[in-house]
Amino acid sequence: MIIEAGHYALVLALALSIVQASVPLYGYWRRQPVLMDMAQSTAVMQFIMVALSFAALTYAHVVSDFSLRNVVENSHSTKPMIYKISGVWGNHEGSMLLWVLILALFGALLAIFSRHMPQVLKSLTLSIQAWISAAFFLFILLTSNPFARVGVPPMEGQDLNPILQDPGLAIHPPLLYLGYVGFSVTFSFAAAALISGRIDPAWARFVRPWTLLAWIFLTLGIAMGSYWAYYTLGWGGFWFWDPVENASLMPWLAGTALLHSAVVMEKRDALKVWTIFLAILAFSLSLLGTFLVRSGVLTSVHAFASDPDRGVFILAILVFFIGGSLSLFAFRASTLRQGGVFAPLSREGALVLNNLLLTTSCATVFVGTLYPLFLEALTGEKISVGPPFFNMTFVPIVIPIFFLMPIGQLLAWKRGDLLAAAQRMTVALIVALLFGLALAAWHGEPVLAAVGAGLAVYLIVGSFVDIGGRIFVRKASTSQMLARGLGLPRSAWGTAFAHAGVGLSLLGLAATGWGVEKIVTLRLGDQIDLGPWRLELTKIEPRPNSNFDALVAQIQIRDGSGIVTQIEPARRLFKTRTMTTSEAGIATLRMGQVYVTIAEQNADQSLDMRLYWKPYVSLIWLGGLIMTLGGGLCLSDRRLRIGLGRAAANKGKQKPNAQPHPVAAAE
Amino acid sequence: MRQGLFPLSGLSACLAMLLCFASITLHVSPLWAVEPGEILADPKLEARARELSSQLRCLVCQNQSIDDSQAPLAKDLRVIVRERLVAGEDDATIMAYLVQRYGDFVLLKPPFKFETLLLWLMPFALLVLGAFGLWRVSASRAQLAASNSEALSEAEEAQLAAMLAPQKDQLGQKDG
Repeated sequence: MIIEAGHYALVLALALSIVQASVPLYGYWRRQPVLMDMAQSTAVMQFIMVALSFAALTYAHVVSDFSLRNVVENSHSTKPMIYKISGVWGNHEGSMLLWVLILALFGALLAIFSRHMPQVLKSLTLSIQAWISAAFFLFILLTSNPFARVGVPPMEGQDLNPILQDPGLAIHPPLLYLGYVGFSVTFSFAAAALISGRIDPAWARFVRPWTLLAWIFLTLGIAMGSYWAYYTLGWGGFWFWDPVENASLMPWLAGTALLHSAVVMEKRDALKVWTIFLAILAFSLSLLGTFLVRSGVLTSVHAFASDPDRGVFILAILVFFIGGSLSLFAFRASTLRQGGVFAPLSREGALVLNNLLLTTSCATVFVGTLYPLFLEALTGEKISVGPPFFNMTFVPIVIPIFFLMPIGQLLAWKRGDLLAAAQRMTVALIVALLFGLALAAWHGEPVLAAVGAGLAVYLIVGSFVDIGGRIFVRKASTSQMLARGLGLPRSAWGTAFAHAGVGLSLLGLAATGWGVEKIVTLRLGDQIDLGPWRLELTKIEPRPNSNFDALVAQIQIRDGSGIVTQIEPARRLFKTRTMTTSEAGIATLRMGQVYVTIAEQNADQSLDMRLYWKPYVSLIWLGGLIMTLGGGLCLSDRRLRIGLGRAAANKGKQKPNAQPHPVAAAE
Repeated sequence: MRQGLFPLSGLSACLAMLLCFASITLHVSPLWAVEPGEILADPKLEARARELSSQLRCLVCQNQSIDDSQAPLAKDLRVIVRERLVAGEDDATIMAYLVQRYGDFVLLKPPFKFETLLLWLMPFALLVLGAFGLWRVSASRAQLAASNSEALSEAEEAQLAAMLAPQKDQLGQKDG
């Protein structure tokens, strides 16, 4: 009964989304505010329906209802509860349901938090949002129904893929989807602006929090995914240039470019056409990512779907939305007036350069990811595009961004002074040079690691030069400086932290060059030196568990003075799927990590192991967290909380005859 | 098949093979890559072997180098690379041998040739084109700004003064 209710709720959500997609659009065309207002209530109802549907599927997984094919194929009664719940989206159908749940969530949030937005923009945006959700509801109901029953329910399920039985599954997909799908809002905003033909700084200000929100979640999702890969894989790699990873990196790069170009549009009324294009691009790339992962074009652990029908359906969705929005863009873009003029050497100029480099790097990932597919389709020839390709193309395009980031922050709007900015960077340059030299002296080869670390330090220190200059003024007392620091807009702090986060990640990446790797066979009681540590294998024991048997090795880590900590790398044999996974033993010490994986026990009781010491490696993900912290600070900025929208609305109330908001005036 | 000190048991070998073919594991390799028994005694040769291995694709896996893969085929390739290194062959010869045997697919860095021209040139071509476009736009903008900034004629000055006068009054009143 609950299952049927959930299924029915999904159908209702589809019906609601069709209403939400069509009625406000018709209302806009006929200038009927009442019809346009329908978008809000339907958006909220739609979310409630999808939430009910999602709850029903979760219920089926929790109680192990093996009359549902989805549960049979992906669950087992002995599976721990956390994986019963996260297993809901650990399969194709469930993950698509999560996708639409988040899509509907954003729609509802938009409806609730857009009271101060002009009606036309609001209802058109919600209408476009509903077009997207209608397409995906149809996709789920027609090709990937999670509520399909089996004729004869089995006694037991087939269990979840053991690789997915990890806390990472509970966190990574929801975060990533919040990011992916978050860009649907900016996409809808862009389409609405193109339809109504009104695009101004106010538009940029309305879109900004949504772009930031999507960007924050996408950053977290990617960082989390990378860490998950790192600790499950067993050789400590964290980025593989795998098509699935690239699929999440592309929207991130486009979204980052969008965040920056939207600033120019908001402050200077320039780069309008470009900003709209990026808003379309970011979500188009999210859709492309969904297509690549869901269609089974790339066979991978992420691609649960191998049914070609699904691929064709998503391709149709892709073509409809990307093609439609780009046609709309081509048709309307020429009517957009260009605003503020600026010199090439200015804050705007720096942000344009940032956009050029970010979009080019994004295009590089795009070409590298899709080229093998196209080449094989056209000529039948198979090539591989792996990490060496991206190291030779993507990296040289991205490096200049790191150099320019702190300088751009110091340039004034309209016309900047490069020499003055360079002078102010002297401190950062000196610190970076000293730091790089010190690290090179301490850790030695390779030189490239020290150079990278120096660049990273320059970036971290440089990120705060602007803020430092605004706080530390001559003849100011400490309390005055404190007041100045607190008085700065949060977005200034946010920018500094986000940029410094990039620098931290870069530092972690550079330091991988100093890593130590050992591949050895150890017996009980054997000791081995690894970087600054000494490791001893102190115990090997079997540990049975509810749905797997584990072989656990206990390793003590010592420094000169004694035992620091111990780790327990393990191998797990999952009973239902008779599949083995390896659990790395990881200890975070001084920002770096000792990382150990073990193989099967040899006949003579010895154990083959891979041991790594990775100095500063945790900074890679810490940097990601700092970046999102920066994003969060920007999001909490006063300018966004007390937006122009509310001011305009208040003005409208006080002076009924006054000129309404430009976007509202569009109707 | 040559086996090192760390032979895969029959079951897990089958499993690894199966997993790789079914591509469930993908880049997620829960088992084992380079084994202790494979490592060459000469650290210089071993370093070259690792370097070469990281450039070679495990043909039955998804986007995984043979250095990272646990598939039996990847192991075979690692062993072949090491045997040839010990025999004194240089890196280029070994790569050429593998390409001849398995095609360009085995190279994680695609070769630069006619079919991959677009792949290799596109990123930099886009950068140059983008920069050129920006330069053109900024030049035309500068020209526009220059033509706009020409001094106003006397008639225009008077017109401007007339237009601004009432607003100034208003501002003055507000301030007062």
